[in-house]
Amino acid sequence: MTEEGLVLSGLVKRFGDHVAVRDVSLTVPHGRVLALLGPSGSGKTTTLRLIAGFERPDAGHVTVNGKDVTGLGPAQRRFGMVFQNYALFPHLDVAQNVAFGLDRSLSREDRSRRVAEALALVDLAGFESRRVTELSGGQQQRVAVARAVAPAPAVLLFDEPLSNLDPALRERTRRELRAALDQVGVTTVFVTHEQEEAFLLGDLVAVLRDGALEQLATPPELYEAPRTRFVAGFVGRASELPGTWLADGRVRIGDSVTWPSSTLDDTLQPGDDVIVAVRPEAMTVADQGGLPGIVRDRRYTGARAFFDVETAHGSVEVEASVHAIAIGDHVTLDARTSRAFRGADA
Amino acid sequence: MKRRPLGLMITALLVWLVVYPIVLVLLESVGGPGRWTLDHFRQASTDSLAWSALWGSVWISFASVVFAAAIGVPLGFFFEWFVFPGRRLLGALVALPAVLPPLVGVIAFDFLYGGTGFVGRVTSSVLGLEGSPWRLQGWPAILLVHAYSMYVYFYLFTRAGLAKLDASMIEAAQALGCTTRETIRRVILPLLRPQIGAAALLTFMTSLGSFSAPYIFGGGFRVMTTQIVNSKLNGDTSRAMVETAALAAIAFAGLLMFRYVNRTGSVAAVGKGAASVARDLGHPFARWLTAVLGWGFAVVLLLPHITLLIVSLVPFGTWTTQLFPPAYSLGNYVQLVTEPERLRPLLNSLWMAAAATAGAIGLALWAGRTIVQRKAALRNVVDGLLNVPWAVPGTVLAIALSTTFSVFAPWVGRFVLVGTALILPLAYLIRNVPIAAGSVVAGFRQLDPSLEEAAASLGASRLRTLARVTAPMLRPAILAGGALAFATAIGDFVTSIVLYTFDTRPISMEIFLALRDADVGVAAAYGVVLMCISAAAMAVGTTR
Repeated sequence: MTEEGLVLSGLVKRFGDHVAVRDVSLTVPHGRVLALLGPSGSGKTTTLRLIAGFERPDAGHVTVNGKDVTGLGPAQRRFGMVFQNYALFPHLDVAQNVAFGLDRSLSREDRSRRVAEALALVDLAGFESRRVTELSGGQQQRVAVARAVAPAPAVLLFDEPLSNLDPALRERTRRELRAALDQVGVTTVFVTHEQEEAFLLGDLVAVLRDGALEQLATPPELYEAPRTRFVAGFVGRASELPGTWLADGRVRIGDSVTWPSSTLDDTLQPGDDVIVAVRPEAMTVADQGGLPGIVRDRRYTGARAFFDVETAHGSVEVEASVHAIAIGDHVTLDARTSRAFRGADA
Repeated sequence: MKRRPLGLMITALLVWLVVYPIVLVLLESVGGPGRWTLDHFRQASTDSLAWSALWGSVWISFASVVFAAAIGVPLGFFFEWFVFPGRRLLGALVALPAVLPPLVGVIAFDFLYGGTGFVGRVTSSVLGLEGSPWRLQGWPAILLVHAYSMYVYFYLFTRAGLAKLDASMIEAAQALGCTTRETIRRVILPLLRPQIGAAALLTFMTSLGSFSAPYIFGGGFRVMTTQIVNSKLNGDTSRAMVETAALAAIAFAGLLMFRYVNRTGSVAAVGKGAASVARDLGHPFARWLTAVLGWGFAVVLLLPHITLLIVSLVPFGTWTTQLFPPAYSLGNYVQLVTEPERLRPLLNSLWMAAAATAGAIGLALWAGRTIVQRKAALRNVVDGLLNVPWAVPGTVLAIALSTTFSVFAPWVGRFVLVGTALILPLAYLIRNVPIAAGSVVAGFRQLDPSLEEAAASLGASRLRTLARVTAPMLRPAILAGGALAFATAIGDFVTSIVLYTFDTRPISMEIFLALRDADVGVAAAYGVVLMCISAAAMAVGTTR
């Protein structure tokens, strides 16, 4: 599993004056699933298209299993791709769609077998002769997966594969898709702007911002040890407060409140101004001695609730049980953990 | 319930206008009530000329489809696929044959490629020949004109299909290992089948009803449209009726055949999103080369228009054996507006086309309202009736109208209109009903019913809703349908030649008569005027 699967080295793509992808380098080990996560315009779809061969990079290389494929077109790369709108061929039935990318030298029996295997993988056995226009959105998505998987590609690519599904179906499809990917064991890259999707489907998550790679890590690493303020804010929820870095792995908020903290920035010196990012679930309501504030808002989510607490240093989001505090309460806040960033590191 | 009579009235009106005359012709071809006989058919069936005309109509129509597709489809791909400087302008110019009325297109071709045309003269001069190197006559000439004037259907439909095509379909095919050629063959062409099928049907029907090209260039080559008119002009009415019935039957058979071939044509894309298939060639040399090619296509396809313009500036009798006209003036145009007998056809065409268009739009609005509001049965009947004239060649319709409206029998819906100023506008109206209705009914179908309900919920009366909501939203559809109907009516030749009188002669007849008098300058000037009016109408029709 440690064998090199997909390697991007220094990929750059410009559209006129706009740099869509800036020097992106990353490695996806063979058989692992990478999620490209980022806001709109972050370059994730362009990166995916560079991998697929639909765009040629202005600089850099794409290597698959040790072979440089940068100069090859999409037809030569033959990476399986599942499009956001599925791009199923409406003039062909389900079996013909799935068989489309199979080697035409295969015998009819082999083709039928491969189609049946691919459809079984996505739980659509018996749908061979159905027209794709008669299928539901979820079924179309699964046909698209079967079509991409059938030729046994070296790399599988997904462009926001679940974005056209309703929330309930999306949840179920995520689990099924992950199970199918585990079964196929092919190196996979998918694009999403949803953190939950990236975490559920991806072994690795690459966070992109303005075309550049902010951080490549496993989901727990990304959540618990974000490298930048952007990642801390984009992946999960975080409140930011100004503070001062202290020597013993702590930060001071205001004059007297100190919270435990960590940082990846080894240039920080005691006394440096920092931005302290703290997750709602890391906040606790203290009896005394914490950061004082007033509860201004509550967002009910069922078993738990999110409270906005206004403090002298900014608003802090706190996750607590529904009746722990109420709007208008005067509270003091402590943090179990936090992350410190140099102020300019936005 | 109280609106039901209106629905029945429009049905009755359409039956009277578009079905009744054709039924009468069919009855006349078998002798009519009290005189039933198949003798006319028996006589025609032994006539080799009739068979050769029938066969000529069929094969030239199929050949026209093939040749027009061979030009139009690649051109559609070229202009939709590649991004290059001037693409939008050139793309529009290439569609210009659409505004060239059939007879005008024919004479423009003659001036350009005919034995005494520019190309012929240049070729003779280069080769040192004394006479004309060829004659533009017979089936090759007809096929050339058809291919030139009808490739536009394939071009426009292919472009429209490609514009709607989701680029991810192409990318999906490439990701699955298809080369460009395979992608075109296995994905794009099958997806364009509805558009190409529709263009093929339109070309086939237009070609089957084509009259101008066979009449001017046919020579010894016979087709049914010219055969019918010849029989009629020779006074052989029963024979004309039989030939008309035969052509109508072929037209319906052709319509059914193409509908059958296109029966599974609906291959709407699934999913969402439709990125453009247009691609930037990137390399400056490739873009430059493509632009040169694009200009080349446009110039070749616009040569007939340019030729017409040049010939229209040639004074009578000045251009004899020279390579290029020795003198140019605006004299021909001055004649058109200063000589009353030259001006009259112009005014005739304008008012008759305008009246026919107004009538066709009125009928289309009435029918459109009926189609979107009525129950399925009546809706389907009205929809079907609106399309009947489209399936009937112009010659058939002209003969049918001349048969129906040359007898005074008001109790069976027959009046004497032949020889009056009403018959031609009526003929234009009936021929243009499908054109106007196609656009207007589509406009009605696109209207969101909740908009009228919203207006009603805000207190608007039915009249106010019509004036403030429905009519403004239908405006583009009315303009588009009206413009196309007007351009078609003002350029009509095929019904005019059967139904005109000297006083009501339209521009097309005057062009034809001027050509007979060898007054090519005046004929070309009329052609240019017709072309400009058609282009202006189309420009108005595309305003939003």
